[in-house]
Amino acid sequence: MTERAQLLIELADDELILGWRNSEWTGIAPFLEEDVAFSSIAQNEIGHARALYELAARELGGDADGLAFDRRPHEYRCAPLVQLRLVPDWARTIARHVLYETADALRIGRLTSHGDAELAGVAAKIDREEVYHRLHAEMWHERLRDEPRYLEAVEELWPQALGVVPPELRPALAERVGRAEVEAVERDAPGEEFAALWDEMTMVRRSAPVGAQW
Amino acid sequence: METREREFLEYVQAGGLVETDDWMPDEYRARLIKFVEMHGNSELMGVLPERDWILRAPTLQRKLALTAKIQDEVGHCQLIYRVVEDLGKPRSACLDDLISGKSKFHNVFHYPTKSWGDVGVIAWLVDAAAIISQKALLKCSYAPYARVMKKVCWEESFHILHGRDTVLAMVTGTREQFELVQEALHRWWEPLMHFHGTRLPADEDPMVIWRIKSQANEDARQQFLDGYVPQILELGLEIPDPKLRKNDDGVWEYTEPDWDKLTAVVTGHGPASQERLAFRRLSRAEVDWVSQVVLAEAA
Amino acid sequence: MIWEVFRQERKGQPFVHGGSFHAPDRAFADAYAREFYARRQESVALWVVPREAITAIEEFPDEFDLKYRRVDGYSIKARLKEARDRAGAAAD
Repeated sequence: MTERAQLLIELADDELILGWRNSEWTGIAPFLEEDVAFSSIAQNEIGHARALYELAARELGGDADGLAFDRRPHEYRCAPLVQLRLVPDWARTIARHVLYETADALRIGRLTSHGDAELAGVAAKIDREEVYHRLHAEMWHERLRDEPRYLEAVEELWPQALGVVPPELRPALAERVGRAEVEAVERDAPGEEFAALWDEMTMVRRSAPVGAQW
Repeated sequence: METREREFLEYVQAGGLVETDDWMPDEYRARLIKFVEMHGNSELMGVLPERDWILRAPTLQRKLALTAKIQDEVGHCQLIYRVVEDLGKPRSACLDDLISGKSKFHNVFHYPTKSWGDVGVIAWLVDAAAIISQKALLKCSYAPYARVMKKVCWEESFHILHGRDTVLAMVTGTREQFELVQEALHRWWEPLMHFHGTRLPADEDPMVIWRIKSQANEDARQQFLDGYVPQILELGLEIPDPKLRKNDDGVWEYTEPDWDKLTAVVTGHGPASQERLAFRRLSRAEVDWVSQVVLAEAA
Repeated sequence: MIWEVFRQERKGQPFVHGGSFHAPDRAFADAYAREFYARRQESVALWVVPREAITAIEEFPDEFDLKYRRVDGYSIKARLKEARDRAGAAAD
């Protein structure tokens, strides 16, 4: 796999799995207005994953759905942060949301000036949509900034957040979040929790032969 | 009936519209709140049978479409509960009554979902049944609710198409996929026949008398059968009612549904009723602190 | 607090009331207005207003004949006919 394809898969897997985790809140968010707002964020993330998989598919073959759903669990490249099951803990969910959006802003922002025009183009579109994710994260951060549960959650998830971005972006992330850089939880082959997620995510798809229409 | 009440009744029966701060008879207000509240409850409970399938959607497109559909339903609940709130019952009271089992929600949301076949059948046929009722509510005498119905109907237009598309993909797919749909249809046919309620005639239905509803239950059911039975049969699917046929007068005949069963289901004895209410109770308890911190009056 | 949303469907059209929702402050209100009234690109613009900023007015005096300042206060048919007839006669 080329470096470009690896990068695309990493980004796409992050967005797919985070979107999947965020859609676990559908219908059970703290209040109705927020349920609708958070659902849009989850949908956007799936949409970003789709666009990134489509680019990757041009290099790797197949299509976006194939890349999203037909790989074995150990072939996914998502960051530990996005794999965590956080429902029904809203404080940790928002902590992840704030940390992820900050990290993503850095890496996507960097990609918008990438030499590869296709990659830069998709990154720019994602960046523009994520302006609203950042506003949403910011407004929740303001509301929960004195809430002990939230502060504990940010503390707890910080090492994983650092693992979302490559090492050279971590000092910038630390500065933006206002925390000291610590040892990051690096990307690795996904474990048990992911295997359970993958099982549920692919159970319908696997019930028909590969290539079946849905 | 007092003079003022009678005049109000004549006014709405002549097509008159009512706004939030207008005077209304106690009976009208009470019936309206109960009806609209049940609708809001139904939108919220309707999310539960479907939400698990977002996580299991077999393509990215289906995942997005299903998420958007369910998002709409949560949004509709919000819009509808706002109507109830402006009539005097706070949202938190609606939610309390819902999860304690005191208030009701629509029959179809008391049933479990078992497969992706259900996802297609629900989005197509349950939503179709619902849209028929919702279109009739566009003429509701209580204008704020009628206005919300306009937005609801507009947003729901894609749900049926998404549902039908999902079903079509399966009935033109493998034999197993076709059977998934057929099996789901078998299970959902009785709830669908129950959906529009008993054969209460319009002139005996208080909701129609007060012009809250503008369509009798049986008319809605006939409309559903007329529109959708041909669409179901043309796919090669079987409807599990040997008596179902359109007679020479253009009226659909069918095996009379078990109306006692409908009552039992709606009063919390459906196959998934208690489980769903428990789930709602639990999830509300766990995020209650957020409402305290963020939004004192709404939960 | 409750916020009311007015939406403009297309440029040039009036802003029409769309509905209301709960939000604790302007930032949340901005987010939720977008979600409820523009997530399908169905509005080109939104006005978001706290409900308490709105005054409802429903009672208007209607005591004396005010038709003089409305179109339905004028019936010019008869006089117009007379004027035309006269002008016609004068031209002969």
